[in-house]
Amino acid sequence: MQKNAIFQSRLLPYALIAPQLAIVLIFFYWPAAQAVVQSFLLQDAFGLSTSFVWFENYQDLLQDADYFATIGRTFAFSFAIAFSSLSFALLLAVMADKPLRGGTLYRTLLIWPYAVAPPVVGVLWIFMLHPSLGVLARYLRAMGVDWNPLLDGNQAALLIILAAAWKQISYNFLFFLAGLQSIPRSVIEAAAIDGARPMRRFWTVIFPLLSPTIFFLLVVNIVYAFFDTFGIIDTMTRGGPGKSTVTLVYKVYTEGLIGGNLGSSAAQSVILMVIVIVLTAVQFRFVERKVTY
Amino acid sequence: MSLRQFCAAAATAAALAFTAASPAHAVTEIQWWHAMTGANNDVIVKLANDFNASQSDYKVVPTYKGNYADTMNAGIAAFRAGNAPHIMQVFEVGTATMMAATGAVKPVYKLMQEAGEKFDPKSYLPAITGYYSTSKGEMLSFPFNSSSTVMWINLDALKKANIAEIPKTWPEVFDDAKKLKAAGYSTCGFSGSWVTWVNLEQLSAWHNVPLASKANGLDGFDTVLEFNGPLQVKHLENLVELQKDKTYDYAGRTNTGEGRFTSGECPIYLTSSSFFGNVKAQAKFNFTAAPMPYYPDVKGAPQNSIIGGASLWVMGGKTAEEYKGVAKFLTFLSDTDRQVYIHKESGYLPITKAAYEKAKAEGFYKDQPYLETPLLELTNKEPTENSRGLRLGNMVQLRDVWSEEIEQALAGKKTAKQALDAAVERGNQMLRQFEKTAVK
Repeated sequence: MQKNAIFQSRLLPYALIAPQLAIVLIFFYWPAAQAVVQSFLLQDAFGLSTSFVWFENYQDLLQDADYFATIGRTFAFSFAIAFSSLSFALLLAVMADKPLRGGTLYRTLLIWPYAVAPPVVGVLWIFMLHPSLGVLARYLRAMGVDWNPLLDGNQAALLIILAAAWKQISYNFLFFLAGLQSIPRSVIEAAAIDGARPMRRFWTVIFPLLSPTIFFLLVVNIVYAFFDTFGIIDTMTRGGPGKSTVTLVYKVYTEGLIGGNLGSSAAQSVILMVIVIVLTAVQFRFVERKVTY
Repeated sequence: MSLRQFCAAAATAAALAFTAASPAHAVTEIQWWHAMTGANNDVIVKLANDFNASQSDYKVVPTYKGNYADTMNAGIAAFRAGNAPHIMQVFEVGTATMMAATGAVKPVYKLMQEAGEKFDPKSYLPAITGYYSTSKGEMLSFPFNSSSTVMWINLDALKKANIAEIPKTWPEVFDDAKKLKAAGYSTCGFSGSWVTWVNLEQLSAWHNVPLASKANGLDGFDTVLEFNGPLQVKHLENLVELQKDKTYDYAGRTNTGEGRFTSGECPIYLTSSSFFGNVKAQAKFNFTAAPMPYYPDVKGAPQNSIIGGASLWVMGGKTAEEYKGVAKFLTFLSDTDRQVYIHKESGYLPITKAAYEKAKAEGFYKDQPYLETPLLELTNKEPTENSRGLRLGNMVQLRDVWSEEIEQALAGKKTAKQALDAAVERGNQMLRQFEKTAVK
């Protein structure tokens, strides 16, 4: 068999992928490499004094109990956000999949929240649930709930999870709806003829057939919860009260940009990068095996 | 647009730009990055325009760069990229970071000396310039907008609760807050913004107690935090106790809770004197601003308060000609009438003694005595080691750490003493980290 079936020159294929490679190198690998380099340095904010400290930044982090607490918190947040957002979106999608009057309108409206930027989501939820500004907060207080996310860490965490999950529902909904519509009707009808009730049909037929979509969304949602909740946290709680809503990304931001401690911030970014690579690899290797495509 | 038309248009635009950039004689541009919005932004633009109209050699170009932290980060990033602005507005807590960056900044006293501008450090209010000067009194940055903590009072609420006098001491504030709570202000007797600024930094200065060693860091970066003393612990214990029934109700780390005063929810509210603009615009009740309360059993209290706000830093690595323009601009800003104008328009404090005297002579404080409150606090006594100012590295992050610990105490997860001990310990670690990176 001839290998160079199309290309006459040996260089042409390289020349053709060069632009793509250049983009990947300049915009992805170069900054990532810089972060790795920076993580070995101790530097003041202005970059006037720099010393090479090997792994000191990493050592400091790994000796810090606070850092491990942040890792644990970030995972808890991610799973809570992914789980609540996925399950709610699935519920909505299953309902929207039925033949409904005005179904298109209903579907369109459900997609709207996705267009809202994370910081705006934060502000919207603050208007509802801020202890002194919030409309809902007033009702909660009137009902005797001691609602004060400014001091109660669990309530603040709940607030972030709610807002972050809410924003992601539309995205998940869209994919679930597409997934549901691609399931052959005949399979569902066959199950119905065999006497399976709607709930049983859902769990034994629809849910397994939907698993590729669920798997894909799980990956996307966890990555979302890891990185894109930053805007929501920054507008709603700024990490407080205490440290109860500081996630890994937020910590990178506060220590690097606000604290001017670029070395530690870079070391944290590198660790974060490793965590996400491992997480995605694990998901693809192990979870994917159980997924029926 | 065809390609030919596009090319023609581009060529014309380039030609125009070229003409614009080469006027009859060279004007030196001076970039001024700031963080002022709304009415205060108008003041900045007017100051720049007036200066540009007053002479033809220099042109000050003000640019809004986002909030204080954003502006500072933008300036630092620009410096790293080799194109820092000439003048940068930096909030007071960024002072240590800027000061540590020898070479990145040009101290104001040196600038004035080299440019041959007339400059008398004694004509400025020491309570304000002290914050931005070395321990030898050399002015490092130029104070631009300064404020201090005052206690905003809803006078109608006091009347409703039959409180005849404005509270002066903390015990009086606590008593009055309980009365106010009983009189219908059930969700918040008193509160405040900037929890660490008010309850640690100002509290310590106002009682002449150190926040940190080495004159609160003014005398060196090897300063150690000391605010877990009996006064601060007692104060936090009081707040924790009162938080339980909402006689005091925590309103967040920054100033986002200020609406609780103007809406009438919290009748006593401690925050910056620069809150005035909003109070005036929004409060539908009679109000005033009283001096911060103090603990009468602390000997010598009240001392004097310290400032908040921002100053103008001159960045390093510019040409002598550019520095001359910057120096002229700072002289222009120090002018008495101009200081009075800034004071009246923005509500920020005048920085020269002459401007303060002039505002007083004009009867500016007769109708609005509360505008003089922060000045009276700042000049209450000759500043001591503990009340001249603060200079702690990583201050923005330090405040976050202190706030975290205070929040833990208010939420009942730690005692006041444990929280402040932890705040001191964690803060010291950060100070040591800063010391390592600071340019020697």
